[in-house]
Amino acid sequence: MSETTTHATPGASDADAEATEGRVYNVAGGDWDELVTNDEERGANEQIVVNMGPQHPSTHGVLRLILTLEGETVTDARASIGYLHTGIEKNMEYRTWTQGTTFVTRADYLTPIFNEAAYCLAVERLLGIEDKIPERATLIRVLLLELNRIASHLGGIGPFGLELGATTIFLQGVRMRENVLDLFELITGLRMNHAFVRPGGVAQDLPPGGIEAIRDFLRKAPAWLGDLHKLIDANPVFKARTQGIAYLDLEGCMALSVTGPILRATGLPWDLRKSQPYLGYETYEFDVPTVNTCDTYGRYVIRMAEIEESLRIIEQALDRLQDRANVPNDPWLIQDAKIGWPARLSLGPDGLGPSPEHIAHIMGQSMEALIHHFKLVTEGFRVPAGQAYVPIESPKGELGCHVVSDGGTRPYRAHLRDPSFHHLQAVSVLCEGGNLADVIPAIASIDPVIGGVDR
Amino acid sequence: MTTPPGGGETPAEEAENLPARLGEERLAAPVVRTGMFGVHGTQDTSGYGQLQVHQRPSIASEPPYGGYFDAVAQALGSALAADGSNFGEAVERVVVNRGELTFHVRREYLLAVADKLLHDPALRFEIFSGVSGVHYPDEIGQELSAVYHLLSITHNRRVRLEVRTPDSDRHIPSVTPVYPAANWHERETWDFFGIIFDGHPALTRIEMPDDWLGHPQRKDYPLGGIPVEYRGTKMPPPDERRSYS
Repeated sequence: MSETTTHATPGASDADAEATEGRVYNVAGGDWDELVTNDEERGANEQIVVNMGPQHPSTHGVLRLILTLEGETVTDARASIGYLHTGIEKNMEYRTWTQGTTFVTRADYLTPIFNEAAYCLAVERLLGIEDKIPERATLIRVLLLELNRIASHLGGIGPFGLELGATTIFLQGVRMRENVLDLFELITGLRMNHAFVRPGGVAQDLPPGGIEAIRDFLRKAPAWLGDLHKLIDANPVFKARTQGIAYLDLEGCMALSVTGPILRATGLPWDLRKSQPYLGYETYEFDVPTVNTCDTYGRYVIRMAEIEESLRIIEQALDRLQDRANVPNDPWLIQDAKIGWPARLSLGPDGLGPSPEHIAHIMGQSMEALIHHFKLVTEGFRVPAGQAYVPIESPKGELGCHVVSDGGTRPYRAHLRDPSFHHLQAVSVLCEGGNLADVIPAIASIDPVIGGVDR
Repeated sequence: MTTPPGGGETPAEEAENLPARLGEERLAAPVVRTGMFGVHGTQDTSGYGQLQVHQRPSIASEPPYGGYFDAVAQALGSALAADGSNFGEAVERVVVNRGELTFHVRREYLLAVADKLLHDPALRFEIFSGVSGVHYPDEIGQELSAVYHLLSITHNRRVRLEVRTPDSDRHIPSVTPVYPAANWHERETWDFFGIIFDGHPALTRIEMPDDWLGHPQRKDYPLGGIPVEYRGTKMPPPDERRSYS
């Protein structure tokens, strides 16, 4: 192994670093005792500072943890973020309101539909068109949101298994998640980064065969979930690694303003879909699962139960969509020519684009339609000045979108309040006093995605 | 409320309510932008180059605010009064817009207001949903804004606090003594906007590298980027393209 050390001060040599930071060891495996044989060298307090990440595979992306250890006990845990900051919010200020969806979908890349929905609901509130969104668009949004919730929870549970050393849990989780992504690919054309939810509705109707494909998934999903339950629920290793680990009770959650599965694992049934319903969630039948173990195992149980509830909601949304199958001219985008994207999209041999009929109309029949199309696509629509904050229940907790408009065609300011960002503040509370090995389950129980944390 | 002209009014009243007269009030406001399409220095053939956009008047709502908003305002008022200050002093104005309640709080009172919002039994806003900064370079004397979103699980209510500070003295008291969860959000707002949260335990950069210069989300900070060549034509970087707003 080559002897390379990374110091706090770039360009510093080992000697420089030792002068300021104490003895520096280059470790690549092996036993601590063999490396440091001298008791004097070890020091009196045996305190070691370990940098975990930002490239550690079990930190869910580029999260960096700075852990102070005494033996195996973590006495101090600090999370450091910013390694995936891409300036999504700044970029949005230079694009139209519609283009904003393309950016927010890339924030938390495991919950793209949630980012899009929160952003679009906020823009719609600013536009004052919340009650003009077509019913079909709302149903498709709910359908996709719940599919996405399943994919996100599986994306949390599967890799969690891998982090604990269980390859099968990972493969079973990812197998089911793949099927959700296949549905996304069928409906939106992409497995992630969909930009499918738009201000005013959704980009497209469900494709032919879409409902049948989702029904097929609903038929198979319980068996896959059963496999996961059988693998994990009573698994002694999994239980030993998660029960009583990363304890955070209701009082702690309130002090740190924690929401989502971590809060519901303390027994409080707080779910924005129930308490402050949006997108007509009050008309669906589903339960808010809770446990009162306040630990990592409880958060896993909540996630699994929420997948089942999501399946129930999807079933109901599908029924409603099928009931509307015979509604003539059932739109999926707002019927306001000043806001609704004029191009009727259709799938051609070279991919998705404006439909041939629409092209024929603007290029051959109506000059006004061409001008309108051009203005709306290049310049975008204007949004009345003001601000709005729309929170929705993402798989990780409260996902809020704060948008400010100055009356122009671009967001004056758009901000995502990402639950992962907020919950990573709880890392020190969850990890300190525990074992080093328990840091991994603690982080996994937050289920942070650095794309959303850093934006 | 404006009465449409000619509705049985006296000629003097009628003249006062004519649209041209109504617009004069707006004309007195300072000009924040001229022209359109972001084009300057070339011949203006559109006529839009003469366009002048005036600063928007700041809106304020009068009670009753509707819904639970009155209860929140009253509870906050009586909680502040019990402490010797009063609602009108602490809250500059109240805005109810799009079904959301905003208290524009004077920065000296932010900590007191946050304390009451969390601890008063009639308020109990337990969940701190974050700080979002906004930079309004045209609003002289109150350029920087910190926007706080709070949620009460007990009463199932939401409220927004907005605190303005001049760019020349960008200090706002930190709410971390009341809401520990504000820690990272305030660091982010400092990082992106340069608002200094006094009393924050460790106000350091969080998203940008520690040695970064400038605060990227401010309006005077360019987006950056390079021109992109596509099929023989060059597309300028986004912040140099035409702007329609």
